[in-house]
Amino acid sequence: MPAFLTGINNKAKAKVLVVQEYFTLAGKALRFIFARPFYWGDLIQQMDEIGVKSLGIVLLTGFFTGMVLALQSAVQLETFGATIYIGRLVSAAMIRELGPVLAGLMVAGRVGSGIAAQLGSMRVTEQIDALNTLGTDPIKKLVTPRVLAALIMLPMLTIISDMVGIFGGNVIATLFVKLPTGFYWRTVWEQIASDGFIWRVIPNDFVQGLVKPFVFGGIISITACYYGLNTTGGTEGVGVSTTKTVVLASILILIVDYFITQLLLAFMTS
Amino acid sequence: MTDNKQGDAPPAGAGGEDDPKGRGRGDERFRRREDQQRKSKSAGVRKAIQAELESDAGEDAEELDRALEAGEITEVIALRNVYLAFDEPILEDVSFVAHTGETVVVVGESGTGKSTILKLILRLLVPDQGDVLIDDQGITTLDFDDALEVRQKLGMVFQGAALFDSMTVFENVAYPLREHTDLNDDEIMARVREKLEFVDLDPDKVLDQLPSELSGGMKKRVGIARGMANNPEIMLYDEPTSGLDPLTTGTITRLIMKLQRELDVTSIVVSHDIRSAFRMATKVALLAEKKIKFFGTPEEMAASDDPYIQDFLGGL
Repeated sequence: MPAFLTGINNKAKAKVLVVQEYFTLAGKALRFIFARPFYWGDLIQQMDEIGVKSLGIVLLTGFFTGMVLALQSAVQLETFGATIYIGRLVSAAMIRELGPVLAGLMVAGRVGSGIAAQLGSMRVTEQIDALNTLGTDPIKKLVTPRVLAALIMLPMLTIISDMVGIFGGNVIATLFVKLPTGFYWRTVWEQIASDGFIWRVIPNDFVQGLVKPFVFGGIISITACYYGLNTTGGTEGVGVSTTKTVVLASILILIVDYFITQLLLAFMTS
Repeated sequence: MTDNKQGDAPPAGAGGEDDPKGRGRGDERFRRREDQQRKSKSAGVRKAIQAELESDAGEDAEELDRALEAGEITEVIALRNVYLAFDEPILEDVSFVAHTGETVVVVGESGTGKSTILKLILRLLVPDQGDVLIDDQGITTLDFDDALEVRQKLGMVFQGAALFDSMTVFENVAYPLREHTDLNDDEIMARVREKLEFVDLDPDKVLDQLPSELSGGMKKRVGIARGMANNPEIMLYDEPTSGLDPLTTGTITRLIMKLQRELDVTSIVVSHDIRSAFRMATKVALLAEKKIKFFGTPEEMAASDDPYIQDFLGGL
């Protein structure tokens, strides 16, 4: 085989290996949720780290996104005399798309980089090897609690982001468009109810809005753990792993968001 | 140009025949001077090494020889014809044995794969060929969970101590006890204090400190305390004295010897520090050209006429 073809072949194999290792790590991390010993202390600590400490940025981004959404839609809807639909528009956009995606991107930036840097530092200072030699599986101890914490906390952060976003829309609708608060919230509920319910109680919009952050939580935590655990090249390598984590997790969130939307719309329509 | 050619040191005899006008005589003088330098350097090295050999490590070696002959001790760690390659070979046909209570010090130039040997013993790496045995059990074919069990027989002290930086000294030393024993909190505290005292640290002062608050020597000592917390039968040390001042180097060396003497622990030490190596070793393994070039007692190594060994001892 010519040299350049061998080079392409090796590079392709390396990429396939990365994908294989990524999914192997994901599989092991999820399997260890049901294996003993389970590190409850680490789970609680990570839930605090990923969830509680991300609350500030999620509240801020959610609130201001809801406000700007209401402001922009008010300008457009006024042309058609349809400003009464601001509540519907803001709630649909926040619950279905902006809430999950914004919370995902914020957590990818704050938590994903943090996890990659922490595990990367542990790798270059031989702490991961130390765990191994002390008879602990690093995936069980370090990856599983982080993945599970992200799977639990990201949907919760999204719910909060949705709520403050819709409230932000309410502030604009009341102050600038002069819509009565009660009317605004009634249109919000009409929008939620209009898409139907699963088992007659869970609105379809909520399903769509909560499946996404659950998947995004997995993407962020597994990407961060993968790059963190595979860090090489000392402190410079830690920086590289952090950057790669934020870039890949953000891109995956946006791509996967489209496919989940397509899938759920097809499923709910049928 | 002529001077440069002389400086290139032509093969022996070539100069005399090709250039009878004096270049051959110059080479002869150069060689004699080099031989004299080597002999005087070796004599200096031998003198320094002899001082270390006259310490009590030599007595330990004699005692071990007697126990070996009497069959009182067994093979604890054995590497048999180990071959390991990544992109290119790292180790080729590496074999050596450590018996109960022995301290085998692996020495060699940087980048020759000394630390790789520790990773093979820990089964963090698996050789492409050959076998690694711990207590006569081959570990290369073990699955991940069984390998974790074997690792509980081993205590490892890393080059940079590798203490968990998010945990206090107490939590670091208690970690293996919490993971693998049923000891209650009081028993764990008692064991942690005992180990910290063994490594000459005051538990009351350091228990609640974070690794970032400790000096390099203290980190190494906490690393040793953590490594021995579970009372392992084997201790592995990766460059235990690197980056330390001479006094702290002496302290760490004495600690390793104390561990061997008082607890009869079998140890493998990877080290650059030949003085410490000769002080603590019952056997020395010299790794060169991807193979074990020499394996024997420090006395045998010091007495060797092999030019590479003499250069190595002199170089260090």
